[in-house]
Amino acid sequence: MSDQADIIEEIMGRYPGKPEYLIFLLQDVQADCGYISPEAMNLISEHACVPITQAYSVATFYQSFRLEPKGEHEVRVCLGTACHLKGGQRIVEELERKLNISAGDTTEDMMFTLNSVNCVGACALSPVILVDGKYETNITANKIEKILKQINNEHAGYSEGGTNV
Amino acid sequence: MFNGNVALKTEVNRLNSHTDLNDFRQQILDSYDPDRPEILVCHGTGCIANGSVELTQALKKACQTMGVDAKIMPGIKSTGCQGLCSKGPLVHIKPHGLFYQRVKAKNAEEIIQKTIIENKPVKHLLYKDPQTGELFHKEEDIPFYKKQKRYVLKNIGKIDPTRIEDKIAVGGYQALAKALTTMTPEQVVEQITKSGLRGRGGAGFPTGRKWQGALKAIEKKGRPVYVVVNGDEGDPGAFMDCAIMEGDPHAVLEGLILGAYALGAEMGYLYIRAEYPIAIKHLQIAMEQAKAYGLLGENILGSDFCFNAQINRGAGAFVCGESTALFTSIEGKAGNPRPKYVRSVEEGLWGRPTVLNNVETWANVPMIVENGADWYANIGVPKSTGTKVFCLVGKVNNVGLVEVPMGTPLAEIVENIGGGLPGGAPFKAVQTGGPSGGCIPYHLKDLPVDFDSLTKAGAMMGSGAMIVMDDRDCVVDVARYFLRFLEEESCGKCLPCRLGLSRMREILDNFSHGCGEEKDIDDLMGLAQAIQDGALCALGSSAPNPCLTTIKFFKDEYIAHVRDQKCPAGVCKDLITYSIDPEACTGCMSCSRQCPQGCISGEKKKPHAIDESACIRCGICMETCKFKAVIVR
Ligand SMILES: Cc1cc2nc3c(=O)[nH]c(=O)nc-3n(C[C@H](O)[C@H](O)[C@H](O)COP(=O)(O)O)c2cc1C
Ligand code: SF4
Ligand code: FES
Ligand code: FES
Repeated sequence: MSDQADIIEEIMGRYPGKPEYLIFLLQDVQADCGYISPEAMNLISEHACVPITQAYSVATFYQSFRLEPKGEHEVRVCLGTACHLKGGQRIVEELERKLNISAGDTTEDMMFTLNSVNCVGACALSPVILVDGKYETNITANKIEKILKQINNEHAGYSEGGTNV
Repeated sequence: MFNGNVALKTEVNRLNSHTDLNDFRQQILDSYDPDRPEILVCHGTGCIANGSVELTQALKKACQTMGVDAKIMPGIKSTGCQGLCSKGPLVHIKPHGLFYQRVKAKNAEEIIQKTIIENKPVKHLLYKDPQTGELFHKEEDIPFYKKQKRYVLKNIGKIDPTRIEDKIAVGGYQALAKALTTMTPEQVVEQITKSGLRGRGGAGFPTGRKWQGALKAIEKKGRPVYVVVNGDEGDPGAFMDCAIMEGDPHAVLEGLILGAYALGAEMGYLYIRAEYPIAIKHLQIAMEQAKAYGLLGENILGSDFCFNAQINRGAGAFVCGESTALFTSIEGKAGNPRPKYVRSVEEGLWGRPTVLNNVETWANVPMIVENGADWYANIGVPKSTGTKVFCLVGKVNNVGLVEVPMGTPLAEIVENIGGGLPGGAPFKAVQTGGPSGGCIPYHLKDLPVDFDSLTKAGAMMGSGAMIVMDDRDCVVDVARYFLRFLEEESCGKCLPCRLGLSRMREILDNFSHGCGEEKDIDDLMGLAQAIQDGALCALGSSAPNPCLTTIKFFKDEYIAHVRDQKCPAGVCKDLITYSIDPEACTGCMSCSRQCPQGCISGEKKKPHAIDESACIRCGICMETCKFKAVIVR
């Protein structure tokens, strides 16, 4: 935790303590810590001089903020219009089956988080998914299997089990 | 324009006058060696996803290892989206003018050997016409590019967006210098008004009128006034603003600075969607460089005019594209729209007069100031002047970024520039304007694409997404998709939007499950009317558009869903069945291996069959089958 406190301390140094920097603070903390913990929320709201309730109101209004830790790997499925027409929803369902979780959730072993996103600007290559920020394009069930297998193989060396796919 | 690896200036000198800018430009142009090749690799989002970063590395390595003569050692440059994203990664080679498509890292050595060393084209990387098989060497000959008019996109794909020197070489900041030295702020506003420029963010509000409104508000309330770039591009399935910010960030910045000069603003904001990290980075770099050269910040180009700007990243809320919500978000709060009894030009950011314009609108400003209002007003049609950038996606051969004069017929865009549909069938509909827009059916294919004609047809220009649909796309599903999107994005402040959209979506859910009734279609239209009348902001009031236009033009398809429980396009899961055509099936077993339910049976080399009772209609078998033996009905 103290690590996180240091990171947050450093981030708060970047912005003056004013309400208008609340979103900047939340974004930077999330970028460095992966999510915004209750402790982080306290520190941020104090620094930005807003009541904690307002900090939560802002953090829950915007979709990009997470209040819970995410898995080691994040798979985001594009559900923008172009991807939807090329079967984006089917891709979500396939991943839900393979990972045994619902979209928005994280696997119990904290390996995978499954999310959706609305257009990532690569509509020409739809359907698109982002695996830890890397674009995977023209996705098919077959490709999903390969991608997940590869991630699990990378982990097999130093962890036992892993999500069964 | 000039070789990227030429060191121009060791230290940056502020440019203190128009003459300084011109001298500097000349210095850049003089350093350009016309004989030295240049390789421009597209680094738009699509091409990066397709491997252009790896390609660039491979090209650099090949240059080093293959002993290229110093005289012809190419400059390798990363550019913004070159347009034809579906054929990426794209590569442009100068001075040969060659255009290569689908270039992979493994082609790097071949390109260096053949084109750079031997001066010959690599034939298999050239663009080939899918119908005639004709090979094209140059970009400007390919129908996709030939039929466009690229003004806003003029430099995108030609310059390295992270080097202000590239931009200055092609005439960047000339408009600003002209305005600062020869025009009063009022004259800038006058030019924008006379040009007929209308906002590219969706509604098409005349930009000059908006600026005049702000000037009036300033007369009453005094300064400060703010200028703001709307780079939120919330429309899911559109990336033109992204491409402009990534590929020519200085165009947006120069436009904004001109706006600030015209209105007397000292501070500006660029609100950019968080999912566009490259756009944010490139604008950040652009601002730093402009500051270093004295084109932004204090005493711009040696004048009294001072202006600063800041980037705000969005945080994933579509409604924040709406003007009042966007201002609230910049203020650090939850982005709820507010009623517009007072217009936002009068009472915008921090309650001050504010001018908010879309990315593409700002990018049009410099060329108007530079070439004059009359020149600009001659492009396009009288009530919609200039060009519009579209993001052409969906079931069309050439997917990518397209710019045409306003008023270009829809068919010209889809069939001639887009190259028609795969397989040559006519399109079923084109969806324009995203979640607030509508579907235009094939019989209106000659509709001129401008603000007023689209609105008359029940659709909308929107931000410029153009989604081509064929007979495998279900209009009920599309209407449901947009409604669900807006239902999730509704801020919930007002009831017609919060509950009305959910009700509409539920009715469409019923249709897609086969449990609707014909009278529900009337209910939908009634609800739509109530939402249009009662919603506070345009998210709500325009939300019914996709549903209404599809009912208007494709009522049969709705009726097929409710009366016959059929989805003619084969999309709505509960209304379709998958089966295997025994004639076409070769018994290759690949579908039965992939089926997550294990409900496909059959021996090797014998026709297979699907057990319908266990099938979850995931469609994986159809996607897997190489012999088109899986049929959906
Ligand atoms: C729900 C909603 C979302 C919007 N999203 C955007 C957007 O992403 N980008 C944009 O430029 N305008 C968007 N607009 C339009 C803006 O409110 C505003 O009209 C526009 O930015 C003004 O600039 P313009 O006159 O240059 O078009 C949106 C409007 C609404 C109601
Ligand atoms: S119309 Fe919808 S998005 Fe707009 S203010 Fe009302 S609830 Fe919010
Ligand atoms: S819709 Fe998926 S990348 Fe644009
Ligand atoms: S991203 Fe390369 S052509 Fe569009």
